[in-house]
Amino acid sequence: MDFFVVQILTGLSNAAALFLVASGLSIIFGVTRVVNFSHGSFYMLGAFIGYSLMTVLPGFIGFWASILLAGVAVGVIGLIVEMGVLRPIYKSPELFQLVATFGVILVIQDLTLLIWGPDDLIGKRSPGFEGVVKIGDQLLPSYDLVLIFLSFLVLGGLWFLFNKTRVGILVRAATQDREMVGALGVNQSWLFSGVFFLGSALAGIGGAAQLPKGGADLLMDFNILAPVFVVVVIGGMGSIPGAFVAALIISELNVFGVQLLPQSTLVLMFVVMAVVLIFRPWGLFGRPETLGSHGSQGPPEAPLRAFSGRLWLALAAAAIALTAVPLFGGTFLQVLLADVIIACLFATSLHFILGLGGLVSFGHAATFGGGAYAAALLVQYAEAPMEMAMLFAPLAAGLLALVIGWFCVRLSGVYFAMLTLAFAQVVWSVAFQWGDVTGGDDGILGIWPSAWASGTTAYYYLVLTLGLGGIATLLFMAYTPFGYALRGGRDSALRSEAIGINVRLVQWSAFIFAGFMSGLAGALFVFAKGSIFPTELEIARSFDALIIVFLGGVQSLFGPLAGGVVFTLLQDWLSRFEYWRLFLGLMIIGIVILLPNGLVGVGQWVRNRLGAAPGKPEEEAA
Amino acid sequence: MYRKLVGLTAAAAMAANVMGTAAFAADTIKIGDINSYKRLPGHTIPYKNGAVLAIETINAAGGVMGKQLELVSRDDQGKPGEAIKIAEELFTSDEVVMISGSLFSHVGLALASYAGQKKRLYLAAEPLADALVWGKGNRYTFRLRPSTHMQASMLAEIAAENPAKRWATIAPNYAYGKDAVAAFKKALMAKRPDVEFVTEQWPGLFKIDAGAEIQALEASKPDAVYNVTFGGDLAKFVREGELRGLFKDRLILGLLTGEPEYLDPLKDEAPEGWVVTGYPWYDIAEPAHKAFVADYQKRWDDYPRIGSLVGYNTMLSIAAAIEKAGSTETEALVDAMKGLTLDTPSGEITYRAIDHQSTMGAWVGTTTVKDGKGKMIDWAYKKGANYLPSDAEVKKLRPATD
Amino acid sequence: MSFLEVRGLTKSFGGVNAVNAVSLDLKEGELLALIGPNGAGKTTCFNMLYGQLKPDEGSVKLNGRELIGQTPRKIWRMGVGRTFQITATYASMTVMENVQMALISHHRGIFSVWPPASRRHRPEAHALLELVGMESQAERAASVLAYGDLKRLELAIALAHSPRLLLMDEPTAGMAPKERVGLMQLTADIVKERKIGVLFTEHDMDVVFAHAHRVLVLNRGEILADGSVDEVRANPRVQEVYLGGGSTFGEQEDADTGQSADGSVDKEGLANA
Repeated sequence: MDFFVVQILTGLSNAAALFLVASGLSIIFGVTRVVNFSHGSFYMLGAFIGYSLMTVLPGFIGFWASILLAGVAVGVIGLIVEMGVLRPIYKSPELFQLVATFGVILVIQDLTLLIWGPDDLIGKRSPGFEGVVKIGDQLLPSYDLVLIFLSFLVLGGLWFLFNKTRVGILVRAATQDREMVGALGVNQSWLFSGVFFLGSALAGIGGAAQLPKGGADLLMDFNILAPVFVVVVIGGMGSIPGAFVAALIISELNVFGVQLLPQSTLVLMFVVMAVVLIFRPWGLFGRPETLGSHGSQGPPEAPLRAFSGRLWLALAAAAIALTAVPLFGGTFLQVLLADVIIACLFATSLHFILGLGGLVSFGHAATFGGGAYAAALLVQYAEAPMEMAMLFAPLAAGLLALVIGWFCVRLSGVYFAMLTLAFAQVVWSVAFQWGDVTGGDDGILGIWPSAWASGTTAYYYLVLTLGLGGIATLLFMAYTPFGYALRGGRDSALRSEAIGINVRLVQWSAFIFAGFMSGLAGALFVFAKGSIFPTELEIARSFDALIIVFLGGVQSLFGPLAGGVVFTLLQDWLSRFEYWRLFLGLMIIGIVILLPNGLVGVGQWVRNRLGAAPGKPEEEAA
Repeated sequence: MYRKLVGLTAAAAMAANVMGTAAFAADTIKIGDINSYKRLPGHTIPYKNGAVLAIETINAAGGVMGKQLELVSRDDQGKPGEAIKIAEELFTSDEVVMISGSLFSHVGLALASYAGQKKRLYLAAEPLADALVWGKGNRYTFRLRPSTHMQASMLAEIAAENPAKRWATIAPNYAYGKDAVAAFKKALMAKRPDVEFVTEQWPGLFKIDAGAEIQALEASKPDAVYNVTFGGDLAKFVREGELRGLFKDRLILGLLTGEPEYLDPLKDEAPEGWVVTGYPWYDIAEPAHKAFVADYQKRWDDYPRIGSLVGYNTMLSIAAAIEKAGSTETEALVDAMKGLTLDTPSGEITYRAIDHQSTMGAWVGTTTVKDGKGKMIDWAYKKGANYLPSDAEVKKLRPATD
Repeated sequence: MSFLEVRGLTKSFGGVNAVNAVSLDLKEGELLALIGPNGAGKTTCFNMLYGQLKPDEGSVKLNGRELIGQTPRKIWRMGVGRTFQITATYASMTVMENVQMALISHHRGIFSVWPPASRRHRPEAHALLELVGMESQAERAASVLAYGDLKRLELAIALAHSPRLLLMDEPTAGMAPKERVGLMQLTADIVKERKIGVLFTEHDMDVVFAHAHRVLVLNRGEILADGSVDEVRANPRVQEVYLGGGSTFGEQEDADTGQSADGSVDKEGLANA
């Protein structure tokens, strides 16, 4: 009995930091509709700043002052991010904000490394709460009780703020109807800034308050990100009680999961999330999205044009040039180009659902890694030849997409994104923890091409053929009635249904098809590298594809190609420098703000300025 | 603060390496180095510092075969796929003669597989996975650092001498953790069939829920605990365990816990009385090692970690192999590496011809806290050769014939 | 002979009767206007007819086949076309492609791959655009069209599968008075020629009185009057509902064009889609 009490209390105290961070994220999302991926970085900063303050400020008062000041400092940093990065792009589609906050993660990571150095820091104990409390014959650190108290304090404080103060009521009103607040004469940009300050400060306090139980290290940002998103999504985006209840569920689940299923702790959390989303797509306390509330879709894209003669020539020239590469280029160029083509195929398959279908998937790595794992497993256990594995991989990935898509296409906007993320994490945790079959994080090794394709040049040609073939198929599909129906469902689902098109069926089919192609990219990848590891299923892998699509320009068919080339080469070049993540992060943020139409958009802009203005008459009616 | 300067210096050096490639090409021998400098800088920067120190020392003494050595360092971002690409670039564009490095086991395994496929030499410096030289071993892959099996066997030897019967284990839920527990169990059971493993805890790597884990361990009432957690997980485990009284009157073994990379961040909260493998660089009296420590501190204004020693020994091994082969051709180098014996600050080591594992050993001792810092006392250096399986067993473990 | 028979259509939201026992008949070639003050239940009626909302009671029979319980897609396939109060077209496609999509769907070609979408059913699409006077703008993007032209485009789309019944929700909302007359005249001509029955809701009484063959007045979810334009115009109860009098109710309308407070009801309707 005592044992259970202590277990429950331990779970409650673990929930505290999670709740603080999640409530901040939830508040920010609720009001600004920004999915702030850099929220984990604010948590990390809170820990580092809190640590430094605690070394300066002594004693009981110093400890708590440090936590509070860390919150304020992180709040100010959040404010800077809001004003400098997000304010210029509030009107942009949500993908832009997501990518921008991802850039912020990279920048904060390198700045933290620069300031605090690489070593893990162990937090100071909390003065006055160094000891334990005896519960029956069980011991519980007294600071656990402090954390539990703190989380209830914050919950109460937030309740008071949002229900009893004018500002809070305005914020709540803004959560429900942004226009209305403008109508009430409230300065919306100050409201957004204030909310960002509050949300960031909560993350900072969370980071500083957990110091006595842990410390500060450079992996904290990503480590907290997944559970925090799970909590916010389970609780319902924008709901503070929801964040509280979900943080409790996840923490208690972990505490008891450790006892009962010590090997499956990772999977549990994501399975719970997936189950909740299937039955309550908007989370336990969330409200269904009202139409158009998930950010603007940006200006409508131009109609597809048939390829012009000049474009055909350019494409043919590019294909010939790529074919001729082995004649003049070294083997590394071929290896690099193979990587580029695989990245392009992966990103083009994402663009198919994201750009054409308007389905922003945060979990596209699931099918990429899924395809790669399918091929590797077939080679490992059935000793299948490469040819068969390459055929099987896209089918397996398509099958995976069929299952995931069945659940996901029922949702839209941020909720679709979150559910795809959850499923990708489930796939990742299965690959990571089902070590007997997948090799865990030691991966599956020795997956090399058949003899005829094992030379660098031979494999390059294989990638060229299948990769470009896949890309060409995806581009071709955009022009078919199916591709049009997909775009139609994005433009106006209402219209589609009114002319007898089953939008969900179209989206589901597109999801499966994109998964198939993404699986092909994964198969090409695994035989190029000779091995596969769970890293290819990680959130970061999904983000690569998102950034490529975004970089190239969401509205252009050729965007993912331009983005894939530039991103892969840029990363290859930048990673030679010590602080390359800082550069990459700043570059991403710069592109989001300055070049919202991506590289292809820039190209079109240049062409329009230089050439005659045949596009002009289109503007009159708009 | 000084480490930041080190980082910047290293960055400058790296940039110089990249840009200066063409100029030096003719009269230097290039060695490719791949490591996760951004993902785990606390471990990999000391490694690089050790490697750079060795290269500078060798070059100052006239280099190898009359040529200067040049280290081309690259960051793999902790991604195996990235490491493969960089390896290809190092070999084909930078024209390195061989590659070394890596800390993460999965990156090491990926590079080993690449080396075997492309017939290029790879000296794995730090990855601990047993499979690297056994199950997935190949002609072109060698490893310096004592593997999981070796270090776990050293601790199992201590465990076998202890009366404790009820054992509990806690290890991060990924391949290294599983290897470490399996190797320990096997070695201990072989010597003490009467022991019983009462619980096994598997927290997620760097995601430990220390309170809950300790509750679970406590609930099984073990006589002794075998710990494999490290990094931030270890810090949380130690603090929470002390508070909840888990370590009281129990034998606690810690794999790698005595390495400065893991022990030093704990400061005065380092556990007392644990039996650990580690690196007591401050107390090692051998003159070669004393000289190494002095050189290192002079060069970097910092004390060495185990990574520093591994980096240093890695470069010494490479230089020795090139010298022995009298060539930079891969096949000649591989043949030279097989059975290569050299002197290092940590004593003489040999790369076993049968499985390509070096006989570099580890230090086993008891932890204590002195002057607000964790230290190892009563330690002894355990020779790696004594903890490696017999030739017959290796033949079974290692399908690759060469 | 009426081909659409609506009987006892009833729907309540949280205890409030939005639509109560509405029955109506529609003949081929007939233009039936459904009018009533804001919140009278017009849009609710429409959404039930089109399968977006399930009625609590009642039946809707098209040529004897029950529509209730069918999805909007099925209802469309059974020969019902629809235009929206706020136009819903594909902004990223050309005018021609918008019509082509309806034709492709009608010919069940959505999941086919060859030939490309923009090459399909061009003559048919062209004829439809000609019918609504949009042929000169066929290759323009729908996103740059003037509002009145979007309405015409919607009409062309709605006619693509040769429907028997056309449901038009506020067809002239948001248009200039001159355009309204033009669009409704066009609709009336097409209806006559193709023998389609049209049920439309409308705020602009000039439009209603000029074009409707018959008028149905809805108030608080119930039918208040059903008859010819003249009959309804003369009905004192109708006059009472509309600002308590006046021979026409046109004056208020210019200030209150379609996108007015009634829009909120329709927004809900859209969200249900």
